[in-house]
Amino acid sequence: MSDHGLMPSQTIGPFFAYALTPTAYDYAALAGNDLRTDDAVGQPIVVTGRVFDGGGDLVPDAMIEIWQADGEGRYPGVSEALANTRFKGFGRSETLEGIYRFSTVKPGRITGPEGSDQAPHINVGLFARGVNRRLFTRIYFEDESTNQTDAVLALVPDERRATLIARRDGTENGLPRYVLDIRLQGEDETVFFEA
Amino acid sequence: MTMQYPRESLASEPQALTPDYKSTILRSPKRPLIGLDPTISELSGPVYGQESVLPTDSDLTRQHSGEPLGERIIVSGRVMDEDGRPLPNTLLEIWQANAAGRYVHVRDQHPAPLDPNFSGAGRCLTDDAGRYTFTTVKPGAYPWKNHHNAWRPAHIHFSLFGPSFLTRVITQMYFPGDPLFPFDPIFNSVSDEKARQRMISTFDFDTTESEWALGYRFDIVLRGRAATPFEDSE
Ligand SMILES: [Fe+2]
Repeated sequence: MSDHGLMPSQTIGPFFAYALTPTAYDYAALAGNDLRTDDAVGQPIVVTGRVFDGGGDLVPDAMIEIWQADGEGRYPGVSEALANTRFKGFGRSETLEGIYRFSTVKPGRITGPEGSDQAPHINVGLFARGVNRRLFTRIYFEDESTNQTDAVLALVPDERRATLIARRDGTENGLPRYVLDIRLQGEDETVFFEA
Repeated sequence: MTMQYPRESLASEPQALTPDYKSTILRSPKRPLIGLDPTISELSGPVYGQESVLPTDSDLTRQHSGEPLGERIIVSGRVMDEDGRPLPNTLLEIWQANAAGRYVHVRDQHPAPLDPNFSGAGRCLTDDAGRYTFTTVKPGAYPWKNHHNAWRPAHIHFSLFGPSFLTRVITQMYFPGDPLFPFDPIFNSVSDEKARQRMISTFDFDTTESEWALGYRFDIVLRGRAATPFEDSE
């Protein structure tokens, strides 16, 4: 046993934009909401949605972070093949007007437990005023047959699974668009995970 | 090294709903979190190298033509895992109010002055021993609208990545002896007394620089400990 207790989480508060999502400020962003690079492998897509609170109001001051594999299911930092690529697999979006939006590539199937495949998915962290600790969820895609056998989706009761699956909805700037709303509380509350 | 992430360590994390902090009332999920065994998706995480962070990003007093007003301070510490092993090359991002208690954020309405020489954002990477250092000014307390006469204790927001998606954390660093602690529902959203104390920096004479700045020390433990060999071989 050690006495190295974890640093507890605290809310991101309302005033993080200058440091973390400085689109409106004169500060260089470390990560933005466009993950595409010349060397990113995969189908370019837009992933977007609204964020609602338990009263049905849009949440205009959240930060959504995503972490994802490329079109071949490879994570930067893990896959040797991606050691020298510019694709980072990480992005941040504000939710001004209550909407998050990413331009990225669609992830491929990802290695899962005991040789099984995980369905393509994007890992999501949500921070906001009034959120004491990061909320962790995933975005899946409706047009993927491996959703049927995905071990994580299988943990989720049938009637709640739709809260994790983005639907294909036309195009945006010529890119296929996938849409998934996030509901922090209430009817159709998004499934959040603990790992 | 294979890391494991025991969930017991999360016992000191704040609950989603802490009603004294009013914004949590409509923003806290009511359904229980669904537990999952970490996969490569959670055991990996974004990597930021030297190319993204400039050496000047860690000195918040030198980002403008003049020096900011306020009490100059040096905040330093170590980032480590639950075994106490240093976490090198870990990204820290900070943001804070100026010495008068005002943020540059466009929606901060507190009638305290902005400082043209202070923006209040910084970042750096930990060195090989997990150490980091920021130079800044001590932030002021500021009022907020949570309840009548509500004031936040002076604090610096800290954001850390660590080696995986599961080590990511955002927290706040406080200053020792702040009289506002008992009245602050955000500080007290962490119900565990010992865990709350970990969010309070300590005054540090060793890093205080003569004729220059006061030193504060703030060590940060992120999730993760080494898997035992037995579990490794599974
Ligand atoms: Fe703050």
